[in-house]
Amino acid sequence: MIIRILGEGRFEVPEADLPAIEQLDAQLVDAMERGDEAEFSGTLADLIGEVRHTGKLLPPDDFRTSELAVPHEGSSLKEVQTLLTEES
Amino acid sequence: MSVMKRLSGIVQAKANKALDKAENPADMLDLSYEKQVENLTKVRRALADVATAKKRLELQAAELQSQAQKLQDQAKQALSQGNEDLAREALSRRAGLADQLQNLGTQHQQVEAQQQQLEVTSQRLQTQVEAFRTKKETLKASYTASKAEAGIGEAVSGISESMASAGMTLDRAQDKIAQMQARAGAIDELLDSGALPDALGGGDDIQRELDSTSQQSQVDSELAALKSEIGSGSGTGGELPAAGASGAGQASDAAGGAAPGAGGLDIGGSATGAPA
Repeated sequence: MIIRILGEGRFEVPEADLPAIEQLDAQLVDAMERGDEAEFSGTLADLIGEVRHTGKLLPPDDFRTSELAVPHEGSSLKEVQTLLTEES
Repeated sequence: MSVMKRLSGIVQAKANKALDKAENPADMLDLSYEKQVENLTKVRRALADVATAKKRLELQAAELQSQAQKLQDQAKQALSQGNEDLAREALSRRAGLADQLQNLGTQHQQVEAQQQQLEVTSQRLQTQVEAFRTKKETLKASYTASKAEAGIGEAVSGISESMASAGMTLDRAQDKIAQMQARAGAIDELLDSGALPDALGGGDDIQRELDSTSQQSQVDSELAALKSEIGSGSGTGGELPAAGASGAGQASDAAGGAAPGAGGLDIGGSATGAPA
């Protein structure tokens, strides 16, 4: 599975490592719903660390698209909320 | 719903929007390449903006720092003049500056983080644009082959996604720069309005009070010196001729071309003797 970290690049992550990443994603949603800024920042940092650690950075001449995207490192809860409202 | 899925949907939507305009696959390649180059220019411009914002923060910090040092010196001077209230005032203003300095330090860290992300984006985009250019020519050469179309689609989707994501990084950086500039502007205004003690010169009430105290004590000591001269009775005669003699000294400097410092001193010395 190819996961993009915004501001950083695309990482190819083995399927076996996806559950841990999905778990962190779910925690991120939870922190957002509760408006818990500290929890959000910590989980985002963990998520970015996990993708970097388990994934392999794709070279620039690989043009495959990603299926998941992680917010920019250091993004605030509010920033991500604003970004996600562009959805509609 | 998953943050990562929603965010990915947004990136894809932005990427597709950029793709809609192309008519046929070959045009798509060229159009998308032009856009990449444009995008790269924007990222580089944003990098320059970040550097400017950083420089501005550094200048402000240096100004605040020098003002803090000045207040520290003034506090010492005030204490040596025995004016504890004034020393206290100087130190409390210095504490206010320390808060501002800390604030600037935090902002500086944020700017550096932005700079780093933009640099990574710029480098990766640059490499990817180059890789795309090579791929574009290969694909165009084999364009007539029906298979090539799929390859074009994939390359264009891939690069469009990267561009959309770079665009988001760019937007984020520009927002941060704007916030930073607003804060820097607010600090400038504070400095200008004197709400913070003047880091930029101007009316400095502490310095004025210190100066007037030291002026006063200088006047006092000169007065005391004069009084003692009058008391001894020999000083008054010497004063006036000495002034005349220094005029003579300048004339002889011009004529003789001697080193002005040394000449002035010599003549001053001999002049005191001459009129007596």
